[in-house]
Amino acid sequence: MAALTREETEALIQEVLEVYPAAAKKDRAKHLAVNDQSVEKSNKCITSNRKSLPGVMTIRGCAYAGSKGVVWGPIKDMIHISHGPVGCGQYSRAGRRNYYVGTTGVNAFGTMNFTSDFQEKDIVFGGDKKLAKIMHEIEELFPLNKGISIQSECPIGLIGDDIEAVAKKANKEIGKPVVPVRCEGFRGVSQSLGHHIANDAIRDWVLENRDGDDSFQTTPYDVAVIGDYNIGGDAWASRTLLEEMGLRVVAQWSGDGTIAEMEKTPKVKLNLIHCYRSMNYIARHMEEKYKIPWIEYNFFGPTKIAESLRKIAALFDETIQEGAERVIERYKAEYEAVIAKYKPRLQGKRVMLYVGGLRPRHVIGAYEDLGMEVVGTGYEFGHNDDYDRTIKEMGNATLIYDDVTGYEFEEFVKRVKPDLIGSGIKEKYIFQKMGIPFRQMHSWDYSGPYHGYDGFAIFARDMDMTLNNPCWKQVQVPWKKAENDPVAVAASA
Amino acid sequence: MALRQCAIYGKGGIGKSTTTQNLVSALAELGNKVMIVGCDPKADSTRLILHAKAQTTIMSLAAEAGSVEDLELEDVLKVGYGGIKCVESGGPEPGVGCAGRGVITAINFLEEEGAYDENLDFVFYDVLGDVVCGGFAMPIRENKAQEIYIVCSGEMMAMYAANNIAKGIVKYANSGSVRLAGLICNSRETAREDELISALAAKIGTTMIHFVPRDNVVQRAEIRRMTVIEYEPQAKQADEYRQLAIKIRDNKNFIIPTPITMDELEELMMEFGIIDEVDESIVGLSASAEATA
Repeated sequence: MAALTREETEALIQEVLEVYPAAAKKDRAKHLAVNDQSVEKSNKCITSNRKSLPGVMTIRGCAYAGSKGVVWGPIKDMIHISHGPVGCGQYSRAGRRNYYVGTTGVNAFGTMNFTSDFQEKDIVFGGDKKLAKIMHEIEELFPLNKGISIQSECPIGLIGDDIEAVAKKANKEIGKPVVPVRCEGFRGVSQSLGHHIANDAIRDWVLENRDGDDSFQTTPYDVAVIGDYNIGGDAWASRTLLEEMGLRVVAQWSGDGTIAEMEKTPKVKLNLIHCYRSMNYIARHMEEKYKIPWIEYNFFGPTKIAESLRKIAALFDETIQEGAERVIERYKAEYEAVIAKYKPRLQGKRVMLYVGGLRPRHVIGAYEDLGMEVVGTGYEFGHNDDYDRTIKEMGNATLIYDDVTGYEFEEFVKRVKPDLIGSGIKEKYIFQKMGIPFRQMHSWDYSGPYHGYDGFAIFARDMDMTLNNPCWKQVQVPWKKAENDPVAVAASA
Repeated sequence: MALRQCAIYGKGGIGKSTTTQNLVSALAELGNKVMIVGCDPKADSTRLILHAKAQTTIMSLAAEAGSVEDLELEDVLKVGYGGIKCVESGGPEPGVGCAGRGVITAINFLEEEGAYDENLDFVFYDVLGDVVCGGFAMPIRENKAQEIYIVCSGEMMAMYAANNIAKGIVKYANSGSVRLAGLICNSRETAREDELISALAAKIGTTMIHFVPRDNVVQRAEIRRMTVIEYEPQAKQADEYRQLAIKIRDNKNFIIPTPITMDELEELMMEFGIIDEVDESIVGLSASAEATA
């Protein structure tokens, strides 16, 4: 199907808005736009990071999800207490596929759920005493933990527990970092504030731990990978490229990461930011306080990988620059073979995305490497600096939707008729039932990694096997089948 | 006679607990079966009935036992003077936890355990002075207290508080059957106090159901952890509480209040000389600034 023109896309947005009551229509209109590459600042065309409307289906999470689920949870050698009733931690446990190396329950704790399991009496009398007790139980049962974080659930903010005082006391008693995080779910409009709060907690309770300690031997090539959560092994597929070009990756935040790596990060020469949305705050802080520059990079698909490797290398000397070229050359045959195999099967296919922090823009290049086109994209919890970065990546007259509602997304899909949708678990079955191939782009649909050259091969294979799966030809209602094939119907009658 | 549930509200320190216990003792003396439910973490709503320092509370027992489901009614319900049944919701020490949730949990427990049995004539809820959150409004929600008595005095802040509580009652009155049943003036011996409170009551749409004079016998009884009714039944003050009890027993004047505006309230106070007309030219001026002006 041919792409929609600018006028057609604008008319589509108007038509979709039509069903809303006046106030909702006015609000949602600000979150939907037709892309125009000539616009420099996205705030001219789209509003983001606002409260979702009551009554619509939004896909957003909460501040606790942003802190515990995204930023802190993957730090594997710390124990993260979901402080409050049991549900928040238990129903989000191990859901994000942050891979790690270690022995779970011994020196790594990533997929486990630790909770203070609040009861009525903890609400009424406060949970401080229980929290203090938990710290010591953790020390006894899991002595190889390297620290504890306290992830506040909603009630903590309501009853005003002094978790900072408990943290300070426990820190003295057990001699390990104990980090209180005020990420109560009701704060802010989405998980985005949780990222920010989590970053602030790292700033206030972790980063200064090794100030004035020069025992760590630094090199001119020390970098930190920030905002890679190692979903399906993404960070590993990225790290290997950086190391091959001659850099030393001192810290990985936070996928397969450790608290020691976080503490050493102020010693690096450059911070490399993959998920800008969730970690830009701490990068900016380190730039201000420790004078560490930071750059964003994109390791999805060979075009963006090469671009990013060269951009990173340009900040170092010739050894690294040669290293970057060597890496690109080394993987060339491999990724060209991937493209040669899959591009003919995927060429011209159109994709609509709706994901979280960085992927709505970062994966566009990888699709383009396979000859595909992203015709609609949007962020669950992005801010306008995310949309600023998205405008140039998307084609003119494509659809941009912020905090898209279930209704809008379905209507857009019905009209734009993409060949593939990339979004989350809550969207998956709706669109599959509409007969449209779908990939989960949060969890990689239990596949991955998708980062790096290794990841690209898997990405290409996954898109192909989803899009060209013969099952889609079977998705047809019997009466349509009758129209197409009267003989078959007659035979089965 | 059907069970009547009454809640006593009013500014902190106004004498709600003392008034409630004396009033309840007088009702018991008249042959009524009464229960007091203390809704204040301080747990001092039943001490004069039980001659106790403070009754062991539902929430503290629940915390000890593990959860409120582990308690039995007889663990928390004590019987004191005149067969009056006493329970205290209890709650945290100041500055921690959530006292409001304690009240909600305690009242739910009492309902589930059948504390409100058909032999009771009255239940009185003695509620913490400042209705700071939803928990302290629990006693006036659907199917709980239907009559509210506000204890106040002729002091400015007590009247502000009474008017504010009336505002709170309007909210629940419109969605349920809770009604304002009258103001109880617990005298602080301010000028023309009875007239003033009667005037305030009229403006809000209710009456001053009784004027309780100030009498040192109340303090003497309190020291002995007793009500006046029990400590010195022949005292004049005991008769005052008896009158209050009879008026409440016979009360039929239950209304949805019409709280007044701040301006109206200030006007009323000016009329009675409680406050002077506001001189706008001195508002916000410190003493030193005023001296140099």
